[in-house]
Amino acid sequence: MRLRSWFLAPARVWLWALFIAPLAIVLAYSFLTRGVYGGVELPWAGENYARLFDPLYGRIFLRSFVMALTATALCLLFAFPAALFITRAEKRKNLFLQLVILPFWTSFLVRTYAWLFLLRDTGLINSALQAAGVIREPLPLLYNNFAVLLGLVYGYLPFMVLPIYAALERLDPALTEAAADLGARPLATVFRVLVPLARPGIVAGSVLVFIPCLGAYLTPDLLGGGRTVLVGNLVQNQFTTARDWPFGSAVSVALMVLTGLLVWIFLRKESEQLG
Amino acid sequence: MKRWLAVYAVAFYAFLHLPLLTLAAFSFNSGRFMRWEHFSFHWYGTIFRDPQLLEATRNSVIIALVATVLSTAAGTLCAYGLWKRGSRLISGAMYLSLVTPEIVTGVSLLALFQWSARWLHMQLGMFTVILAHTAFCIAYVVIVVSARLRTFSPVLEEAAMDLGATELQAFYRVTLPALAPGIVAAALLALTVSFDDYVITSMVAGVDSETLPMVIYAMARRGASPVINSISALITVGFGLLILVSERLREA
Amino acid sequence: MAVLELRNLVKEYPGHRAVDGVSLTVPQGAFFSLLGPSGCGKTTTLRMIAGFETPTSGEVLLQGQMVNHRKPYERNVSTVFQSYALFPHLTARENVEFGPRRQGMTGIEKRVKDALDLVGLTGKESRRPAQLSGGERQRVALARSLVLQPDVLLLDEPLAALDPKLRKQMRFELKALQQRAGITFLLVTHDQEESLSMSDQVAVMNGGRLEQVGSPEDVYLRPASAFVAGFLGAVNWIGGIGVRPEAVRIVRCGDARSGDGCRGVVTGSVFLGECIQVLVRLSSGEDAVARVERQAAGFQRGEEVYLSWSATDEMKFS
Repeated sequence: MRLRSWFLAPARVWLWALFIAPLAIVLAYSFLTRGVYGGVELPWAGENYARLFDPLYGRIFLRSFVMALTATALCLLFAFPAALFITRAEKRKNLFLQLVILPFWTSFLVRTYAWLFLLRDTGLINSALQAAGVIREPLPLLYNNFAVLLGLVYGYLPFMVLPIYAALERLDPALTEAAADLGARPLATVFRVLVPLARPGIVAGSVLVFIPCLGAYLTPDLLGGGRTVLVGNLVQNQFTTARDWPFGSAVSVALMVLTGLLVWIFLRKESEQLG
Repeated sequence: MKRWLAVYAVAFYAFLHLPLLTLAAFSFNSGRFMRWEHFSFHWYGTIFRDPQLLEATRNSVIIALVATVLSTAAGTLCAYGLWKRGSRLISGAMYLSLVTPEIVTGVSLLALFQWSARWLHMQLGMFTVILAHTAFCIAYVVIVVSARLRTFSPVLEEAAMDLGATELQAFYRVTLPALAPGIVAAALLALTVSFDDYVITSMVAGVDSETLPMVIYAMARRGASPVINSISALITVGFGLLILVSERLREA
Repeated sequence: MAVLELRNLVKEYPGHRAVDGVSLTVPQGAFFSLLGPSGCGKTTTLRMIAGFETPTSGEVLLQGQMVNHRKPYERNVSTVFQSYALFPHLTARENVEFGPRRQGMTGIEKRVKDALDLVGLTGKESRRPAQLSGGERQRVALARSLVLQPDVLLLDEPLAALDPKLRKQMRFELKALQQRAGITFLLVTHDQEESLSMSDQVAVMNGGRLEQVGSPEDVYLRPASAFVAGFLGAVNWIGGIGVRPEAVRIVRCGDARSGDGCRGVVTGSVFLGECIQVLVRLSSGEDAVARVERQAAGFQRGEEVYLSWSATDEMKFS
């Protein structure tokens, strides 16, 4: 019996030293004050949290929320037909599934950079359009909300496809036939039978996309060019350039609380469905 | 309807794959602009002539290898421990670790290192990066190995003990070999996750511990050199192979 | 006019002909069944009628019109699936409402109520399929299809998912339901007892082809082939002639007139509850089975017996 505890020993070390401790320190810092040369010092204060309600930062949180929501909605829109296609692919199901998974597991940085390469003024899209004579001046496709949204959707699309596919696969194929048999045209079958029954997958996928999008840093930084400031950028900025660790900590705590809340709600809904 | 879905699928997969394929294609372009000049390995050669790139790659490889070994070992033991005994705190923390935004993980570890620097004389460098990578890779390993354990019957260990093996021997001789493909798959996953990391690394790296993603990022920020295309192509192929092998093992 | 007609229906898959030239006519208001072993093509035929498969050649005619290329939602037939395929996210009532809503029917509330009354499922309309028993789910499936007043109601092994006792009871109910509704039923099954007990007409299929079409009495008493004889019930093959066990009379050598019929020795006797099965090894070497009433004096192993039967019970095939 004692042996079992030893197996968990390394994980316990990780838990306390590398998970709880860092987060606890951040929590503590969030209540401290900014030092003159950066760093943290006493006194304890709730001032950093008060600052969060400043409209400037409120806007950043709102923007992040809206961006994440939009990205999730778009992912859902694009992923559902793809998942449907794969379930109907018969023999080549696995191949099509692999084709969705494969790009995701390659470097996230490279995949984000690819859009930089395509979207910039001298990038492929603009060059092609100019060469074809469609436009004369390059379109400002980069360093704006559009590019960040595109990057987020592109980055997290597979996260939406897989759970929806799993949910659709589990359905009795006779259900689709029954719907058609009873007079439902294909689109009606999708919206009245498949979508409601795939709901667990839709919810799971939405959570898997929304949460990373909310805390995104790399995509808005690279594709937004510093103009699209999301919460992730704010945190990074406070810990580096602005050298305001206490405030950065407060923002981090807020982000963690939001994330934790969403996960908690999601898990509650899951157990409700099972129970 | 099937026809429309097929048309959509073509567009969908094109959207998913063309960006990378285009990148790879242009890595073979001899010129540095969008106009195709001629096929050349020039930008691949540049990689090997750039000392900063080479050192960054070396750092990334070392960090990834060490972090993978550590996180795979700790993660496997953890997954096994959770399977035998369960610990809501630890499994909860693992999920939380996966869900935590990378930037938060990064700054929290930075805060830890800075705070403990006073007592441990620890400077930001290779060591802190490796520690950080190990920290965030463990959860991935636990997930993969746990999934594998779910298909493993506890009856096998009981049979081993019935035949005279101790608990440790049962783990070592029966369970571990059965888990081996899953463990290797988890390790490969950790390897790619570690190699690819930018956000966390950028927060906890020191002056002498620049990694490849950091160099790529800096170059991309400055305005993109064609070298990035060739590096990207190489990384993509490398990762692709690793993940393919990993997926095969996961299903084995 | 026949409500459903199949003309030379063929369905070919790479390397295998599932349905090989099936032609039949189903009269309006009949209880018709397609009977055959697994893999004989009966389900494929059903799916071609419903519209889930397209025939390789041949015609499916509904009310005299060729419907080969019509989609399932364009045909006035409805299917009761083997798994019932009830929509789990809808209540029983909503399941029954589904078809009428899709087809834009009027007076849905009354139609649904009538359908549920017809199948005997009132009081449980607000329940989801998961909260209903197997028998209740079947009723919902039936109501869901009947509410559309289809030309033909197709049933794919409808009783297979029920436990044996319920199955026997449902046979009566299903037959009664069909008569009340006045709708043509086409049932697909591998269970000959089921087919015989409910049908007006039976079509026996084997290897993609029709072996015989006729009334239950026809196919059972006057089978057109050895296959049909063997599939519809037990057969004793004695000297190239087929005789059913229940038609065989068995007497001890001591009783009655000796020399009558075939001579044999009892090798065993099995108590089946409702009758006794006596196994006999004939002098010709063949084995035969006779059925006797429970009250009959038990036949012991080794007893010498005579088996006889009337000529009208003989089944001969070339």
